[in-house]
Amino acid sequence: MAIEMQPKMQIKGVRDGLLVTLGEGSWEDVFQLFLEQIDQQLEFLRGARLMLDVGNHVLKAVEMSRLRDELSERGLQLWGVLSNSPTTESTAQTLGLATRLSKPTTQRREEIPIDMPPSRDTALMIHRTLRSGSSVKYAGHVVVIGDVNPGAEIIASGNVVVWGRLSGVVHAGAEGDESAVVCALNLAPTQLRIAGSIAIPPKRRGRPQPEMARLVDGQVVAEAWDDRRR
Amino acid sequence: MTAKVVTVTSGKGGVGKTTATANLATALAANGAKVVCVDADIGLRNLDVVLGLENRIVYDLVDVVEGRCRLRQAMIRDKRLPELYLIPAAQTRDKNAVSPSDMVRLCDELRGEHDWILIDSPAGIERGFRNAIAPADIVLVVTNPEVSAVRDADRIIGLIEAEEKGPARLIINRIKPSMVKRGEMLSADDVLELLAVDLVGMIPEDENVVVSTNRGMPVALDERSKAGQAFRNIARRLNGEQVPFMSMNDDGGFLGRLARLVRPGGNR
Repeated sequence: MAIEMQPKMQIKGVRDGLLVTLGEGSWEDVFQLFLEQIDQQLEFLRGARLMLDVGNHVLKAVEMSRLRDELSERGLQLWGVLSNSPTTESTAQTLGLATRLSKPTTQRREEIPIDMPPSRDTALMIHRTLRSGSSVKYAGHVVVIGDVNPGAEIIASGNVVVWGRLSGVVHAGAEGDESAVVCALNLAPTQLRIAGSIAIPPKRRGRPQPEMARLVDGQVVAEAWDDRRR
Repeated sequence: MTAKVVTVTSGKGGVGKTTATANLATALAANGAKVVCVDADIGLRNLDVVLGLENRIVYDLVDVVEGRCRLRQAMIRDKRLPELYLIPAAQTRDKNAVSPSDMVRLCDELRGEHDWILIDSPAGIERGFRNAIAPADIVLVVTNPEVSAVRDADRIIGLIEAEEKGPARLIINRIKPSMVKRGEMLSADDVLELLAVDLVGMIPEDENVVVSTNRGMPVALDERSKAGQAFRNIARRLNGEQVPFMSMNDDGGFLGRLARLVRPGGNR
């Protein structure tokens, strides 16, 4: 009976390495089975780059870093985690792991695959500061309560709102929505993109004020929020 | 006795991790604490040179991990301070010779007999960095008041938070007050505004550091050096003392504001 209960695991080759799909069941069991299977085939697998599809499992940072360390001790590299859970995805992203199959660096801007059904009405709420190296990609709006530091990026198919200082790279309307806007309490991005337009904002001095950037006749325009209200 | 494990890291190379580790260890040990430093920069070891112990190395960290010697055999006693020890890195191997769990085991073995374990992390965000922070209770991030170093510090602070080792504490090294005054260098305020972490020390640029590094005699032992004083202050803050940030010039302006940022250093 126990045999039937055992979670299944599949390994297949993909362009960037090996894709391992884990089965259902308690995470401890799945994890142990995974390590056993890896150990059995270690000679064959050594040096491989692994992408792990964890399905519906929700992984915290401790579990994911343990996973990565166990693999790295066996000479395997964990380079990405596929998941149905947004929590797990964001954990993977904070650990610097990929969360989709083809490498983001080789993707062209117009082809950002966003693996949730596009909906203009959903928003991702991020209540922390995005530091250099973190990347948020979302089909919908993105709201950050905190700063977006230089070296961080946000790519959203909808609007981007930052309740804080926006200094990183931001792309609103990434799937071509020209009505998308970017708002921030202090709008000072390294680069600001809306749909297909790219703007490099000039360095400004003086007191920062809340601003909103949008497309006007194909040009990115930033206006002070106070001026708009008048 | 249960030691606290302090990892000194930075992301960017050359900002003063090794100098900071050597001086903090020296300052803590000079106050009577039992201290052991571990050089986790396997393949590019330096801490032994800065402490002036290079010629005493017989066994190293990799020998301990691979079981070629006992832990005690790899611990080199400092020539000045009897309670300061160094476990040197191997020079002929690379970062993959040690794993994060090896480091955790090593520190667990050391914890019982010491007050402080200081780990000198290599630059970068790869295996060596993960080895260094795996056993950490406290992570100190060293940066310089330069845009590139601050950017890397930001990245590393994010990784430390992701590994649930945060909150990191910041040391700003090599501040030149005259350049800050002319607006040619980032001020400590500028750095803190971006990184939004607790400041645990500011080290002024000091030529004595180069001299003492070359001599293998940490500047923290030099009563007249300003940098040495700054390192001794950080050691006191790690012990939980409230120490005001020292003035680096006569202008009380921005330092006065910083003094309000003083927070207890030791216990989380």
